[in-house]
Amino acid sequence: MAQAYTPGLKVTPWTRHRVRRILPIPGEVKKAVGDAVGATDVVAETFMPGNVTPANVANMLSMPPADIPECMIKQVGDTVEVDEILAETKGIFGFFKANCLSRTAGTIETISEVTGQVIIRGAPLPVQVTAYVAGEVVEVIADEGVVIESDVAFVQGIFGIGGETVGPVVMACESPDQELTPERITDEMAGAVLIGGARMTGPAVRRAIEVGCAAVVSGGLDDADLREILGYDLGVAITGSETIGLSLVVTEGFGEIRMAARTHQLLGELAGCEASVNGTTQIRAGVMRPEIVIPRGDDEVTAAGDSDRVAGLLEVGTLVRVIRDPYFGFLGTVADLPTEPQILDSESRARVLNVHTSEGENIVVPRANVELIEE
Amino acid sequence: MTTPESFSPVPATSANLLDPSSINVILATDCGSTTTKAILIEKVGGEFRQTFRGEAPTTVEEPAADVTMGVVNSVSEVAELAGRKLIGDDGQVIRPATDGQGCDIYISTSSAGGGLQMMVAGVVREMTAASAKRAALGAGAIVMDTIATNDKRLPHEQIQRIRELRPDMILISGGTDGGTTQHVVQIAEMVAPAKPQPRFGSEYRMPVIFAGNVDARDAITRAFDDSVELSLVENLRPTMERENLSPARDAIHDLFLEHVMAHAPGYDKLISWTDAPIMPTPAAVGNILQQIAERRNVNAVGVDIGGATTDVFSVFDGTFNRTVSANLGMSYSISNVCAEASLPNILRWVPLDMDERELRNRVKNKMIRPTTIPQTLESLLFEQAVAREALRLAYEQHKDFATTLKGVQQQRTVGDTFSQQSSGQTIVNNMTLDLLVGSGGVLSHAPRMSQTAAMLVDAFQPEGITTLAKDSIFMMPHLGVLSQVLPEAAVQVFERDCLVYLGTCIAPAGIGKAGKSCFSYQITGEGISESGEVGFGEMKLLSMADGVIATAVIDPAKGFDAGEGPGKQVEGEIRGGTVGVILDGRGRPLELPEDRDACRQAVVAWNQVQGLAELN
Repeated sequence: MAQAYTPGLKVTPWTRHRVRRILPIPGEVKKAVGDAVGATDVVAETFMPGNVTPANVANMLSMPPADIPECMIKQVGDTVEVDEILAETKGIFGFFKANCLSRTAGTIETISEVTGQVIIRGAPLPVQVTAYVAGEVVEVIADEGVVIESDVAFVQGIFGIGGETVGPVVMACESPDQELTPERITDEMAGAVLIGGARMTGPAVRRAIEVGCAAVVSGGLDDADLREILGYDLGVAITGSETIGLSLVVTEGFGEIRMAARTHQLLGELAGCEASVNGTTQIRAGVMRPEIVIPRGDDEVTAAGDSDRVAGLLEVGTLVRVIRDPYFGFLGTVADLPTEPQILDSESRARVLNVHTSEGENIVVPRANVELIEE
Repeated sequence: MTTPESFSPVPATSANLLDPSSINVILATDCGSTTTKAILIEKVGGEFRQTFRGEAPTTVEEPAADVTMGVVNSVSEVAELAGRKLIGDDGQVIRPATDGQGCDIYISTSSAGGGLQMMVAGVVREMTAASAKRAALGAGAIVMDTIATNDKRLPHEQIQRIRELRPDMILISGGTDGGTTQHVVQIAEMVAPAKPQPRFGSEYRMPVIFAGNVDARDAITRAFDDSVELSLVENLRPTMERENLSPARDAIHDLFLEHVMAHAPGYDKLISWTDAPIMPTPAAVGNILQQIAERRNVNAVGVDIGGATTDVFSVFDGTFNRTVSANLGMSYSISNVCAEASLPNILRWVPLDMDERELRNRVKNKMIRPTTIPQTLESLLFEQAVAREALRLAYEQHKDFATTLKGVQQQRTVGDTFSQQSSGQTIVNNMTLDLLVGSGGVLSHAPRMSQTAAMLVDAFQPEGITTLAKDSIFMMPHLGVLSQVLPEAAVQVFERDCLVYLGTCIAPAGIGKAGKSCFSYQITGEGISESGEVGFGEMKLLSMADGVIATAVIDPAKGFDAGEGPGKQVEGEIRGGTVGVILDGRGRPLELPEDRDACRQAVVAWNQVQGLAELN
């Protein structure tokens, strides 16, 4: 499950991470507290009530709805197979009977005298929940699911598509400013969580799908490429149910933008480790961002130390990234925070801050247009 | 012609009205999905005036998970600014008002947690299902889907859809009283086994309202088991010719408070604090707009353009309608506006050259980082162009929805022989529109008032003589709920502090040839005496201060109509404002040149006349 949004995206080499893995309706929990689980292990299972198919028997037999209960061969609670007789007319002296066959298998749920409609419920549908992230079960929620805890490296993206997937981290770009192009993707990368650098190109994504990668993570993506990949223009940022063959995570934004150096370095250090990736993005009240979760061994944790700092207040010296034109993508430190609102070039009045950019330039930007980063 | 029944979202009855003479200080809050806004209204010199305003983040989600925390924070800001203690040591709003502390009444609206989300069902999509949708929208709900026997989906697809939805409530209608019951029972039989899951908690019993054929009530009751909370109310379409939306709408309001709100974090506490029922925000906005239209006897349209949605409200000849365009907005939904309107349609409003690929990426970046604001003039002009298209599309949806009743036989006379209007025509008529009110960030916070006026005129294309105004600090929700208990106070504050009059737009309908005359005008009043001619495709702006009332005599050229018919003179009263009088000779429907260069030249010229931006 992706994390709730915090101001500034979270990128950390170590954090104690908890995931709740819950069934949509009550069922059986397969694991106990203390169990170690792998990412693909099933932790809970249930059966959803089957799909419902109505059959208008009155129409099919050309009978008044009120007569239908008398004609029913199958009664409420009976099971029925495809092409089995559901109902039959009495005919004339036992001859010229008409009947209607079931087009679906299931159990008769209701027979209506008002409409002559029979509702057939199909076989229960199995629903399974996997662990998604390897770790230890720390809590069992009776009949619902489990909470799994693990020490992980955690990278939050800004936008993604596709749901949950798991695979080993493989670096396709050596530096964060290299574009992810198709030539960088080889057949050996099948099943991998591919790490790019700057923009992932449309042909590169298509190549990754062809090879069978589990996910692609890179700094930027062109809207035109996204449209081509999805086959439609994405209207609102509510994603996760796409079935394009892999999950995509964009760490910085749309356009030609390189991945933050620290993110790229962290992922590079963890090459070969198993990563759990979720591209689900919901930018609404209760925002969800895509994520890359990489469980770490105890020894690695000690070495990494706890740097689980979530970006907080804007202060002089805070590292920020500008997230809107005309300085989109600029990195720098806060140099000053004037209290009085200022008039922008757009003539709007807004509270601003002065940023000293990594290129040595001093720029003024609205406070709403920066994002806190940990670099 | 038959029209939907007029209704007031929450009627002010003598039972819930308060005596204005005993009230001096009113506190009102609006708990939005992201921000809780508090305003203080005080009696100043015998009149109610809005005096202070504060805001704080809404706190319905973790870690706070208690809406009253955001309320207390926003009220504390008001208290600080007003120098008046409003929150007592027990953490509650102090009442009644005494010297320097407390208030006499406290009221609130809410759209926190995404507002009221409903699913509606009816037998025929254009008839009972449309009436059910109108009832739900009028009650301030977001309609997630409309199920009907003729919605072109197979029954199992409809059931699947119901299962996927997680509405707060379901409204079922269908059949006229005394008519056939079969079809509406069929709808109920599909909803019942779908067992839709509510958004809140497993103990929550889904409220289902049945407002259809009264003869079907027994069968409907049998169709549902006790996993739902079934309410039976009067038929919302008792005959084909009449809509009766009030009982269904009242039931929605009651269930909203009793069930939906009661399960949202902290609302039980908030309900106990307020002196009037908490209203869904859009219902409150509709309430105040309708009150104003009734009092002034005018036709009015109001719009609230937000980040995710655009709400349009209209009152024409006493009939109130509301629509919410769920995916037309300026941040979360900006990309959808571009997808629906197409980028070329947006760019036609931009007086500058822009790179399409870069713009597409910018739009997506705004979508994923919705809180950013335009820093450059170029960015601002682009966002305002997007706003024009979002407003235009939302208004088109509104016009399609606000119609006369469909399926009604109409008696025609000989005089109607050549008028081929069928039932289901829109009742929104731009020529008879008197007042157009805009609110929402992009309209309320535009750096220049002229930009707000231009966006409204370009998107809504008012015809004839129309007064333009904007909601100064988005206080229409507060005033809507106030009008339930103190209508006089609500109207006073609306007139004096809520509305900022931008001026008047004069625009004859019709199409002409460039350079030919569109209309001539003569405007006379206190401190103003102007006359002249406006050519087709041309615009003029006359300065006329707020509060000034003048008489305008408009002589449209042949083929142009200013309200009395083609070529006929119109005389009317016009109102000044912060922008003035916009004389719009561009014709209606407004058609921009198809050639990109010609279009840009035209937009630059209109931009100059209206003083929208200093272009280099």
